[in-house]
Formats: sequence, structure tokens, C-alpha cells
Amino acid sequence: MREITTKSMPYDAWKDNEYIEKLVKELQDSGANVIVGSLDKLINWGRSNSIWPLTFATSCCGIEFVSLGAARFDMARFGWEVARSSPRQADFIMVAGTIVNRMAPVLRRLYDQLAEPKYVISCGSCAISGGPFRKSYHVARGIEDIVPVDVYVPGCPPRPEAMIYGIMQLSRKIKVERFFGGVNRQESRKQYLAEHPLEADNA
Amino acid sequence: MAELQDKISKRFPDATFENGEILLINIADAQLHDLVKSLRDEHGFDYLVTIVGMDWTTSMGCIYYLTSTATRQLVSVKVQTADRDKPMLHSIADLYRIAGIFEREVYDFYGIVFIGNPDMRRLFLNIDWVGYPLRKDYDATPELNPVSIENERQSDSTYTWVEQADGTVEKKEVAVFTEEDFVVNIGPQHPATHGVLRFRTSVDGETIKKIDVYMGYIHRGVEKLCEDLSYMQTLHFMDRLDYFSAHNYHHGLCLCIEKAAGIEVPERARVIRVLMDELSRIASHCLFIGTFCMDLGATTMLFYTLRVREQILDIMEKTCGARMTFNYDCLGGVMADLDPDFVKDVKELLAVIPKNVKEYNKIFTGNVIAKNRMEGVGVLSREDAISYGVSGPSGRASGWACDVRKTHPYSGYEKIEFEQVVRTEGDSMARFKNRVDEILQSAHIIEQLIDNIPEGEWLAKVPKVLKLPVGHWFQLVEGCRGVFGVYIESDGGTKPYRLKLVTPSLTAAAVVDHITSGQKIADLITIGGSLDYIVPDMDR
Repeated sequence: MREITTKSMPYDAWKDNEYIEKLVKELQDSGANVIVGSLDKLINWGRSNSIWPLTFATSCCGIEFVSLGAARFDMARFGWEVARSSPRQADFIMVAGTIVNRMAPVLRRLYDQLAEPKYVISCGSCAISGGPFRKSYHVARGIEDIVPVDVYVPGCPPRPEAMIYGIMQLSRKIKVERFFGGVNRQESRKQYLAEHPLEADNA
Repeated sequence: MAELQDKISKRFPDATFENGEILLINIADAQLHDLVKSLRDEHGFDYLVTIVGMDWTTSMGCIYYLTSTATRQLVSVKVQTADRDKPMLHSIADLYRIAGIFEREVYDFYGIVFIGNPDMRRLFLNIDWVGYPLRKDYDATPELNPVSIENERQSDSTYTWVEQADGTVEKKEVAVFTEEDFVVNIGPQHPATHGVLRFRTSVDGETIKKIDVYMGYIHRGVEKLCEDLSYMQTLHFMDRLDYFSAHNYHHGLCLCIEKAAGIEVPERARVIRVLMDELSRIASHCLFIGTFCMDLGATTMLFYTLRVREQILDIMEKTCGARMTFNYDCLGGVMADLDPDFVKDVKELLAVIPKNVKEYNKIFTGNVIAKNRMEGVGVLSREDAISYGVSGPSGRASGWACDVRKTHPYSGYEKIEFEQVVRTEGDSMARFKNRVDEILQSAHIIEQLIDNIPEGEWLAKVPKVLKLPVGHWFQLVEGCRGVFGVYIESDGGTKPYRLKLVTPSLTAAAVVDHITSGQKIADLITIGGSLDYIVPDMDR
């Protein structure tokens, strides 16, 4: 079986290899020829090493994201330091903080504006489930109903180390993606968008 | 206070008084405007701290907290209406400029209409939100107000209720922006708004004509959530409002509950609380300098200032066990004793702070570009700062000595020697310099305390199930961004009947329209950054 290696961490140190192995198996079962497979590998190698985040933070988790960008945790080591302010130039949204009713359409619009391929990390307990504000009248209980999520990073707020782990997981997921032919999560996202249609603006 | 009571009862014979920690004046709605006007003009109560909306089930109403900047006295005014279907009160928006925003908040939460307020829109919730969430009979069924991914309905007009000569009230439509206005939308996802705040900016060429501040993108309903939790459980929300002043906000809520329950805090805990407050003030101002300079294009400063912040977070982590949401202050003292390394670590920090501040000043404060971009930009006069209630370092930059640690001292601040940093220029530069200087003042406070932490208990015995007597209490503390207030009303149970949080960021955002009008649009970033608001703190 093909091992998804990362430079900064040995394979056995990862906590959830079964998940990645399942993805690898799916990829192999679908059967790709040698040339397309090698091209895929090359593209994924490039993509997984330069994923650019969108500058997007609603609350406390965003401040830990600032710390992540500063000298001590230094996300530039991994090629993530190019935080873009425009969704058109970013690869993933790190949903750092609570999403409330009024923010939900904005988040969805930002997601729709991201250029393909695009990914979402749900960061912190508020984005995952509503967190301490779950019972509130004006809080979305998790962002799954608004955008499809690739990686969850628990914590309130997650430590910068946890964020690094989360984004590295995303980078591993990108490595098993199939660029030509469009199976894998490309398909599942199409299905997701069909289930969560964006209704016409009534403005 | 007795003198004031005499004078008011002569002018307003119908007013009744309740003498508590703060004098409470009960007045009928018809006389409210006159009473507040006389308090402001004749008795010097020129600063409106907050308007607390209330639902007493039999009636609805508001409590106004007023302070005099000269005598530092506090007074409260209570007004009620029995009409639940169409509650109406008179506005005081013409007396205090911040009152307009406070009244909009009360309207949003309770549906009380203020006659004479020029802008009666909802503040945090959508136009078509069903119900008024802080009313006791609010229907919280999620199906009524579902999380939608459809764009929110918006309007360029607002409403005002005008009282006619014959006493009837008429609703009138008023335009926020006219057809001719060129409106630029800034936010909610914009790196310079420091969170999810939105400015609808009408511009004439490059000059700003008017800004409509649009809030609520992170309104989480903390005040309503608190009503369903025990007093101990309400504390953890304080970490998540202004996450830089987590200790200060905890301190404020703890003081208010302890005052109500009559809990005596051990001396050691009081000192630890002050130490933590000042450490977080340094960390907060460091991050302010970093992000503010980054907004102005000096990215390097962020790395310099975060170095000190990380050092403080390490100290906090050793004692509190977390980097950001500490939940350290608790009822009766603090959660755990100080780490054995605390004193050593803090001394190491104190040794590097003067060097660092010198470095910040060398790199940025004296820089020609920085001077050009900040000096004389966004000038806020002292009168406007008070009328808008812009407190904290921003208010002190306008010459208003509003530090609660000096005006209403708590937890032993009266015994500590430190200077209140006041500047009179009122521009962005003064606001920036004030925060740099406050780092040194906080370090000075820590210096005095670090060798004199008393030995002994750090947590008083507090009953597991805490019940507060019937009544209401109000407490002010100084957060990192200004005056933080807590109002608690208890019905004798284990949960607060009403918990209102007065946060400095709301007033800082409300003043943006006033100080940016006539300025260039590029300066909006400077002015917004220098006011240093935190959006979750504003929206709550």
C-alpha cells in the first residue's frame, strides 16, 4: 500500500492513519493508469505543500491563528504563510470562531467564491458544534449545514500546535486526491452542494 | 447623595427613591427626558454608562446608569411601562450621543420603541427576526429563526417615531442613504476591521460622508444564555467576549457576584487578580501595537510585539493551564495557586519590557510615515468622548481621565501607585502612544506587587449552590479597552434574573461614524485600528 508521507512527521506518529489508508484504497480501487497517476502525484505534491489560507476569523480562535503566523509557531515552515484577504486567491478557509445566523450566508458566499480546489477546516468547538454557545438563539450549531468540512480541529480555542496538526492532515488528504477523472471528494462535494442548494437571492 | 435626592424631589415630586449602593430614581416615562436633562445640566452627570433593558414580566422598562466625570458619583434612573404589546418610552438620544445605540440595543432585545430616537432599527439581529430574544416569554424554537444561507434582507431606510402635539405617536420612514450616495461596503470579512464588523460607507470621491456601522455578525446572545446558568457557570463566558481582557472581565463579574453574596476574598487572591489583570493588559496592548502597525503596513512590528505576548502567555499557561480562555478567577478567589516559577518568570518579563518598549518607539512611533498617517487623524474631542462614552486608553487620549482603577478603585488599586496616562490631542497618534505608555504603567504596578504577594489562602469557602438575595448590583472595572460593567438582577434564585454586560468596544464602534466623517477613506483603517475594538466584545 502506498504510504502518505510527510517530511515533518513520521508515518506512525499520526493518530488516524486508518482514515488515510481508506482513502488510498479507494484511490487504488478506482484504477488509474501509470501516466495519469504520476501526473496526479506531481500535482498533489505541489498543492499539498502550498495551501494558502483565507484571512477569516470571527473570534478567539482567530487570535491563535495570528499566533500561528507569528515567529514562534511560524506556519511559513509549511508553506501556509500566504494568508490572502480575498477568497479568489485562497485555497482553504479556516473557520476560526463562532458562526452566527447573520454570518452564515456570508460564510457560504465566501466559500462559493473560493477558487477550486477548495477546502474547509472547522476550527474550534464553536465551528464544530456551537461550543459553549450551542444553546443560544443566534448561533449555528456547527458549520456542516453551511459548507462541507474537510478537517475538524477541536479545542476552545485549539492551541497553535493543534492547528498545525489540523492543516497537516488537510495536506495529507490533498495528497490522495485524484485530479484527473474526478472521483473522491470532488464527487462527494457535488453531492453535498446538491443537498444544500443556494437559493436565489431575494434582494 | 441625600442633597441630590432633595433637589430632585423638589423638581420632580412624583419621583420615588431607592437607596442602595447607588441611588435609584423611579420616574414616570413622561418626565424621564426632563429628569435626565436636569441631571446632566444641573448636577453634572455627563456620562451615560449604559441603558439596561429589563423585562419584569408585569412590566418592561429600562435602567439608566449615569456618572459624573467631575464628582465620580453614580446614579441610576428607572423607568417602566406596563404595555407589553407596544411598549414605548421616550428617547434621550438628543442628550447623550451614545444613547441612540444603547436604545437600539434595547429595542432589539425587548422591542421597546423609543419615541424620538432618529434611528430605530434592530442592532444585532436581522430585519425579519421573529420575536425579541431577551423577553422572558421569547419563543426560542429554532424553526422560527432558522440558520439560513440565503442573503439577509437589507434596507437603506430606517424608522423614527415622532410624538405629535396631541400626544399621538406617528411612525416615519427616514433614509439612511439617499439615491445620490455612493456606498462602499467594507467587511464583514475584511482584515482591517479586526473581526467581523461591517461598515457601509458613503463616500464623496475619497472623502467619507457617512458610515453606517453594521454589527451582529458575531452576536452570540451571551446575556440570554447566562439567565439559564448558575452564577458559577456564567463566568466562563467572560473569557470569550474580549478574549484579551479575559482576566479583567472575570474579575468584574466575580466582584459583582461577591458583593451581592457578601463573600470576602482572601488578600492573596486579590493581589493575584490584580497581577493577572495587569499582565493581560500588557499582552493586550502588545497585540494591539502589532496588529495596528500591521494595518498601517509595518508587518515587522507584529513579530516584535508577539514575542512579549508569548512570554506572558507562557506565564499564564503555567498557572492557569491555558493560553487564552483561562477561566482563572472564580467566586471567592482564584481557581488555583500561583505556579512556583511565577515570581521568577514575571521578573524576567519585567526585565525585558522597558527594552522592548524602547525598541517599539524606535522602530515605529518616531517613524515619519507613521507620524504622517496618525498625527491629526481622527480627532475626538473630550466632550464627544464623554458623550459617546469612549473610555479606556482611547478616551484618555482625548483628555478624559476615565480609568476605573482611579475613579472607582477596586481590589486594592487605591493603595497602588501608578499614573493615569492622559493625553489631550485626541488623535490616532495619542491613542497609540497611550497604549504604549500603559504597558510601562502596568509593569510598574506588577513591580510593586510581585515581591509582596501575601501568603495564605487563595480561595474562600463558597457554598456549592449559590443563591443571591433579591436585588440588583452594578460593578465597574477597567478592562484593557475601557470601562467594563456588570449589572446583575436577582430574584432570589440560583440563576441571575438578568445579567447585563457593559462593554467598551460597543461605544468605540459607535463613535467611528462621528470621527471619520470628512476624513479620507484610507484613514478609516487608521482610525478603526486606533480605537482598538474587539468585535465579539461589541456584539456579545
